[in-house]
Amino acid sequence: MKYVSEYRDKKFIDPLVDELRRTIDRPLRIMEVCGTHTMAIFRHGLRSLMPEGLELISGPGCPVCVTSSAHIDGFIDVASRDGVRVAIFGDLYRVPGSHGSLAKAQSMGAQVEVVYSPMDALTLAEKNPQQMVVFLSVGFETTIPLVAATILEAERRQVDNFTVFSTHKIMPPALSALLGDPELRLDGLLCPGHVSTIIGAAAYEPLAANYHLSCVVAGFEPVDVLQALIMLARQGREGRAEVENAYGRAVDWQGNLRAQKLMHDVFEPIDCQWRGLGTIPASGMAIREKFSRFDAEKRFNIRLTETPEPKGCLCGLILKGRKNPADCPLFGGRCTPLNPVGPCMVSSEGTCAAHYRYGRA
Amino acid sequence: MKMTETILLDHGSGGRASQELIKNIFLPQLTNPVLACLEDSAIVDTAAGQLAFTTDSYVVDPIFFPGGDIGELAINGTINDLAMRGAKPICLSLGLILEEGFALDDLKRVILSIQGACRKADVPVVTGDTKVVPKGKGDKIFINTSGIGLVDRGIQISGKNARPGDVVILSGSMGDHGITILAQRAGISLQGNLRSDTMALHRLVQQMLAAAPGAVHTLRDPTRGGVATSLNEIAEAARVAIELDESAIPVKPEVGAACEILGMDPLYLANEGKCLALVAPEHADRLLELMRSLPEGVDAAVIGRVSEGPAGRVLLKTAAGGTRIVSSLTGEPLPRIC
Repeated sequence: MKYVSEYRDKKFIDPLVDELRRTIDRPLRIMEVCGTHTMAIFRHGLRSLMPEGLELISGPGCPVCVTSSAHIDGFIDVASRDGVRVAIFGDLYRVPGSHGSLAKAQSMGAQVEVVYSPMDALTLAEKNPQQMVVFLSVGFETTIPLVAATILEAERRQVDNFTVFSTHKIMPPALSALLGDPELRLDGLLCPGHVSTIIGAAAYEPLAANYHLSCVVAGFEPVDVLQALIMLARQGREGRAEVENAYGRAVDWQGNLRAQKLMHDVFEPIDCQWRGLGTIPASGMAIREKFSRFDAEKRFNIRLTETPEPKGCLCGLILKGRKNPADCPLFGGRCTPLNPVGPCMVSSEGTCAAHYRYGRA
Repeated sequence: MKMTETILLDHGSGGRASQELIKNIFLPQLTNPVLACLEDSAIVDTAAGQLAFTTDSYVVDPIFFPGGDIGELAINGTINDLAMRGAKPICLSLGLILEEGFALDDLKRVILSIQGACRKADVPVVTGDTKVVPKGKGDKIFINTSGIGLVDRGIQISGKNARPGDVVILSGSMGDHGITILAQRAGISLQGNLRSDTMALHRLVQQMLAAAPGAVHTLRDPTRGGVATSLNEIAEAARVAIELDESAIPVKPEVGAACEILGMDPLYLANEGKCLALVAPEHADRLLELMRSLPEGVDAAVIGRVSEGPAGRVLLKTAAGGTRIVSSLTGEPLPRIC
């Protein structure tokens, strides 16, 4: 496939692996923040190519994984109401809350529609005026501007049977919260490519400065990942802690200013609960009062009840990079992608799912 | 809403959820030596010889799609299940479950397509049944077909027969059917020409068996669950390992592109006109050449090899030069979020 296969070609990969091996002169502990990176690294078999001394740990950047079970319960609550049809991205379908998943709710009669864009959910609402279509929205900065644009479009088209249940989260506050943990002992961050197209590479400057951490923005193809790892290794070698961009074909320094404006026009920061990480100040994005008629939580008067994490599940520590999936007593036994106990197993981008699918040898 | 154990869509995916249903609900009650083989079709010994018998139901949505429709699929799919045991298909049954309100014109279109597929394959429908359910209790049309075939003396094709050293051949490009249906459902129109690959494979198989009797150890049509799941099943049944070479697996550019957009892995997508053949290494070149000379196998390729173990493990050498595990599909493939 033109413009993709080149980035996966052994011919280009081999020299990069050699260069990485030559560049690393000390043990490095790198966190790949984004779930898409975790999956890409596994899917392309890059783990088997990593030089000794380079430890890759997975971070909290899978939006489905960090959605609290209270929110999932809220989703199921909405989905189970009369006259409601919910629209979701596919990853959310099997995520367990404290009592079941949307897949289960569907088998009991709830109407659950998998869509590829929030705009599809709006179209669904227009086609089914007798129903309330609720977009159960989970996502980071990559997703939020799309949802913002959809809400503005719903307002313009005066669609009254469309609402959004926002559990949106933004990355920088979560990374700050995470990096405050001294036990993490990180040398560098492989920064998320998609999120950075919106927020720009500059967003990581405070992290680099405050935690003396090398940060390199990376794309998702093997060549991109290796290039970024080489830059991180070079920073480690030279004792630098800077933000660099290895994904210049998609990400620039300031990011997408128009998307940022769109996001802030419709949403405002709010304290938000992350599964495994707890409540992080100003890390969520709630629908502004001005657009409250599109806010499903308000329209349906949803009350979220705190629920404990499932017993024995280590997702919280895994999301923080403190434990590996193999450390979890449930991994591969009681917890599999088919019957996930914790969220890291259910999302195709979750750390446990990646280890389960690609890593067991 | 109280949550009880219920059937989920995952149970029909052909992946691990389906296997659990078979293992926990069906086999404990119904098992017998023939059923317990869990192959594409059963082989029953009779006075007349070895009889192959299989059944399959078709519930695809949409019922018409680029490259085929539910009718053609129902004929080719059941013929292929017979062919994967080396059987020559003799005849088929056709059971229809129709939803009240289903357009008669659409029914005619499906039946015409069934007629076409039967003629092309030279396998007749010899018995049938029709039921109608009230509107909303079905979805337009569901089809069940069963098929009977004959297996020549001496032919022994089974998932259990794969052995170390065997060469894994895929008869053509992977994922065409699955991605066509997914793209249709998602309402995504893509440039290029995504088409289902629905096709009957019995002639291809018969020619392979004639050319190198005994050299074909295992045949499997990687339908639901895709190539990844079929190879895992074979590796488990034969207690062997399988090593695949990603860059050797044929994937059409348009299928690869659609997979990137929809977040799918073609290894897990359904095929409806492809087979995996695990063959003795000394006959692999000749069989590959033969397959490529036939319309069903023009794009056939060697995609991997069987090795000694560990039993049940499928490994992929990636295009990037790394290696990783290939596991079975767990449930319905879901698109990723971002």
